[in-house]
Amino acid sequence: MSNAPENGASLAARLDHVRHRYGHVHALDDISLDIPTGRTIGFIGPDGVGKSTALALISGARKLQDGVVETLGGPMDDTRHRNSVLPKIAYMPQGLGKNLYMDLTIRENLEFFGRLFGQSARERNDRIEKLVKATGLEPFTERAAGKLSGGMKQKLGLCCALIHDPEILILDEPTTGVDPLSRRQFWELIDQIRKTQSGMTVLVATAYMDEAARFDQLIAMNDGKVLASGTADEILERTGADNLETAFVRLLPEEERKGHKDLVIPPRTTHGDVPAIVADGLTMRFGDFTAVDNVSFRIEKGEIFGFLGSNGCGKTTTMKMLTGLLPATEGTAELFGKPVDGQDTELRKRVGYMSQAFSLYAELSVYQNLELHARLFHLPADRIKPRIDELSERFGLTEYHDDLAESLPLGVRQRLSLAVAIIHNPEILILDEPTSGVDPVARDGFWQLLVELSRDQGVTIFISTHFMNEAERCDRISLMHAGKVLISDTPGEITQKRGCDTLEEAFISHLEEASGIDDNAPAPDASAMQGDGENGTTKWKPAKASFFSLRRLWAYSLRETMELIRDPIRLMFALLGTAILMPVFGYGITFDVENLTYAVLDRDRTETSRTYLENLAGSRYFSEQPPLNSNDELEQRLLSGDIALAIEIPPGFGRDLEAGRSPEVAATIDGTMPFRAETIHGYVEGIHSKYLNERSMRNTGLPAQTLPVSIETRYRYNQDFKSIYAMVPSVIALLLMFIPAVLMAVGVVREKELGSITNLYVTPVTRIEFLIGKQLPYVGLGLINFVLMVAMALFWFEVPMRGNPLTLVVGAFLFVFATTGLGLLISSFTQTQIAALFGTAIATMVPSVMFSGMMQPISSLDGAPAVLSTIMPTSHFMSISVGVFTKALGFAELYPQILTLVVFFPALTALSMLLLKKQEA
Amino acid sequence: MFGKRIENIYRLGIKELFSLRRDVVLLILICWAFSFAIYNAATGFSHDLKNASIAIADLDKSKLSRQIGDAFLQPFFKRPAEISEGDIDAAMDSGEYTFVLVIPPDFEKDLIAGHQPEIQLNIDATAMMQAGIGQGYVSNIIAQEIQTFMSGVSAYVAASHEPPTQLVTRYAYNENATSSWFTSAMEIINNITMLSIILSGAALIREREHGTIEHLLVMPLDPFEIMLAKVWANGLVILIASALSLFFVVELMLGVPIIGSKLLFLAGTMLYLFFATALGIFLATMTKSMPQFGLLFILVVLPMRMLSGGNTPLESMPETLQNIMQFVPSSHFVSFAQAILYRDAGIDVVWQEFLIVFVIAALFFAFSAMRFRKSIAAMR
Repeated sequence: MSNAPENGASLAARLDHVRHRYGHVHALDDISLDIPTGRTIGFIGPDGVGKSTALALISGARKLQDGVVETLGGPMDDTRHRNSVLPKIAYMPQGLGKNLYMDLTIRENLEFFGRLFGQSARERNDRIEKLVKATGLEPFTERAAGKLSGGMKQKLGLCCALIHDPEILILDEPTTGVDPLSRRQFWELIDQIRKTQSGMTVLVATAYMDEAARFDQLIAMNDGKVLASGTADEILERTGADNLETAFVRLLPEEERKGHKDLVIPPRTTHGDVPAIVADGLTMRFGDFTAVDNVSFRIEKGEIFGFLGSNGCGKTTTMKMLTGLLPATEGTAELFGKPVDGQDTELRKRVGYMSQAFSLYAELSVYQNLELHARLFHLPADRIKPRIDELSERFGLTEYHDDLAESLPLGVRQRLSLAVAIIHNPEILILDEPTSGVDPVARDGFWQLLVELSRDQGVTIFISTHFMNEAERCDRISLMHAGKVLISDTPGEITQKRGCDTLEEAFISHLEEASGIDDNAPAPDASAMQGDGENGTTKWKPAKASFFSLRRLWAYSLRETMELIRDPIRLMFALLGTAILMPVFGYGITFDVENLTYAVLDRDRTETSRTYLENLAGSRYFSEQPPLNSNDELEQRLLSGDIALAIEIPPGFGRDLEAGRSPEVAATIDGTMPFRAETIHGYVEGIHSKYLNERSMRNTGLPAQTLPVSIETRYRYNQDFKSIYAMVPSVIALLLMFIPAVLMAVGVVREKELGSITNLYVTPVTRIEFLIGKQLPYVGLGLINFVLMVAMALFWFEVPMRGNPLTLVVGAFLFVFATTGLGLLISSFTQTQIAALFGTAIATMVPSVMFSGMMQPISSLDGAPAVLSTIMPTSHFMSISVGVFTKALGFAELYPQILTLVVFFPALTALSMLLLKKQEA
Repeated sequence: MFGKRIENIYRLGIKELFSLRRDVVLLILICWAFSFAIYNAATGFSHDLKNASIAIADLDKSKLSRQIGDAFLQPFFKRPAEISEGDIDAAMDSGEYTFVLVIPPDFEKDLIAGHQPEIQLNIDATAMMQAGIGQGYVSNIIAQEIQTFMSGVSAYVAASHEPPTQLVTRYAYNENATSSWFTSAMEIINNITMLSIILSGAALIREREHGTIEHLLVMPLDPFEIMLAKVWANGLVILIASALSLFFVVELMLGVPIIGSKLLFLAGTMLYLFFATALGIFLATMTKSMPQFGLLFILVVLPMRMLSGGNTPLESMPETLQNIMQFVPSSHFVSFAQAILYRDAGIDVVWQEFLIVFVIAALFFAFSAMRFRKSIAAMR
């Protein structure tokens, strides 16, 4: 740990003329920054101004595009330097618990990170013990991360970040959406930790201007540029503002501030009639989890009523119950004195709803969105255009009419959402966190519209938020926490009654009171962080970068296994997939044609014709249907698919036969399905010659001889010539290709989608450890599937194994490594789970079914199919599987295939390593 | 009220079409599935004998044995390889040859002397498809060569003795048993199933992920209207794509003569699309995310594709499986599609299967509509 002087002479990080763009959007536009060691530095500004990009570049998670980024004294685009400093950096990405694993418990998460930094079990346990004590998470270590509150998730994220004593701690919006008490505890924790680890540099991004005041230094950003930097006091002084939010607005360039005026909310005139919204004892339970617990409130007509609380405290659920989207478990909700009912379409016409996050049709234009909603609310046709024009005018949407909704800036989207929500002139407006992520100027503009609606038109507005300053604008608010309403009153009264200066303090005070009842975390004790080792005797060394570590590899294997076991859908697919698909393919791809329906048109009806037909009736391939009486009937029954074959015996057949006039028997075969038709043809020919033979034996004692040679046909390996003996072993190969590959591909891309791939970017784990570590559980799963399918082959399909079982097992082992390797390869360049899923399905199924010897023997292939069959592992294992099961072979005959399979694993792993990025682009 | 519902269904369906227009990946998938995929399936893969590998252990080395060897021609057979008798087992074990012919020593001499010599034909019976068809080809070629050869031998009296009775076979509806006639239309059916489920299911999941479905549910609309809009809009796209594919790819490019009524087929397709889109919606209500939908989709579509009779004739499957498949509309679709397209069956023949498809579709639709609100609510 460096002991840098406090004056910032030594730099933790340096950015020099850094630019970064995503497509056409400039996230960073020529930024230069010096970040001193041992300080807490806050990046402030609304969403999308480049804060996250800057932090990701400093941490090395993102790949540098242009300029210089130096962290801990060296350039981050130099791989060697980056690898050597990664163990000294901790990075907590944006989003609640983004880099955590929700199915794992607190302890399992921490152990995973400990292993990633190469810590031994003793060191790990010691560190974990101290961290959970310091953060107050100790009583909950066996709880799954997904079941923690937002505040606890962030504490866990912090523990995971601190497990390796980093020199730089990078926190990207760590407290967004967390309740104010947890937020305050979080920052106190950081302060205390900084006291014990004095050299640590902390970089924080935040959208809450109010909490930024506690940082040593601030960097205010907007539109990819730095607006100002300095201490909070310096910035306030420079702008002459009394709070940071106002200061920020004043720092903005003139153009962006245009039209911004301080929001004034005129007093409300009470209407005094029926209350617009009444909730009485609303309760919502999901399983054993109570999301909303006995919530009651009354909202007057024309009132702006706010719900203030953290993410996951039940705000959204309550709103959904009011709109009828969710039926309440208990309690009642009334709008205009009428109970809310999911079926009542008339009531819905009086309500407008804006859900959390942008939820309009992104692929429609602004005008189309407005028009669609107007029409669905059945506005009279002649009113639609004027109404859209009027709203567009007022909301400043006219210039965007033809733009796709997805291309709009965040602030404009929110205005569009509001316009859509009020297009039918609702009397109640329910808005779920309408302004999160929106910059202060746009937010004030949005509120201006709300105020007009409420005050001028008497619209009742029910709004939820996690911003204190927004809550202060409401006529009345309810403070909400863990599904319960703590208090409902005017913001002023709430503050006053608690004897606090600000609403935030009042909220915290209420939360502290409430935490006595529920199982909130005990007070954290950061002093636990002091001293190393048991009784402070052992000094754990900081993690070192190393090329390969079995422990890191094992960390990924273990974690993947636990996640897989806890995900019912993937586990079901993994285990039951083969059990379902094996019979499907076993019966679905068969060349045995049996139970063929036929009928006879016997115009002779003599002993001779009956003898001729006997052979047909006795065949196991055919099943006789009621006889035919006419040619018309013959045509008709072929047409309806009732019969696949019609045999017509001419009149006088018996007589002509005896007279040697060689009468003709006509067989008409339904040619719809050509393969079946040809097979029927073969069978009928066979039965016909059988009759000729028998007749000849009867008459002359000699077989009927048509050729002067005999052809002795030997069906080798499969004397009965039954499809299943060939198909079942082939299907084993097919499914052992398909299912492990699909699961593997989804397994890796899932981390990309959920965000936990960041741990690959910012921890010392190497690509090969990551890849093989993730692969091992799926290899195990593949082998379980293999055993299952072999058992099904032997006992269900009753296909005996004639060859050497060990050869098959060795082949399967190598094959599963190859197929999971192929899944890995596909996942290293696909971005979404669904693309990985279908990409892998197509890439494995088509060549496996067509070019692996299942349909066409490999020896018959040439050109591209032949190449494909060689480079895909399926054909090699299919030879082994069919060889061992049906051809009675062993190592002596199958060693070339085994040797070929050995090559796939290293080759595929090397390719995946080349394609997998260790940094985000 | 009724008029308003119709209007809602119409508006929502139009919106559905707009959304689809922006989804480039799905559009490419649709185009590919109804053009190249059909063409490939019809031309790239056939049940006919092609390029079969054959080896001959010629112990006779006579003029006749060489003639027999020369008679195996492209494209049915690869050029026959010469192997020794001792190599037969190893060559067949490794799958190098599907057919191995053993011509005994003194074959030609014995033949002329009328000793009825024996040719041995070894077939790798694990190569099911080729082995079955190839056996007939090989026997016929040998018979033909022998007869040609013998007709040149004076001592031999041509086998003019006619067989006491002859079998005359005729393939109805597809005279030459051309497999592309069959595979092209079956591929259309497979792709109809696949795409209509993906399209409607993905449309619902997309709306749920974007939160737009909640917007619809707080408007004066009910699940019935929302679902029916998805059914008609996505169904229409697939119906048009199948019709174009039938006219242009199957009839024009592949030259398959469709004798039946294409309109009747499309009418049946419409009923089936009602089922398939309803199934897509149903699966979407069962799953929480796109990847889960994908996994479930595989487990549902593969059995429908393999077991509906477009691949293996239904009657060749175990009886329990046949009975189960009677409840799956895709097997009725395959069955009536074959009847209409190839055998020119009329509505009098297929009406029952039309009805069954419709009833099962309606049940599915009703069941999904009942689950709809609940499944959205459970998403949280």
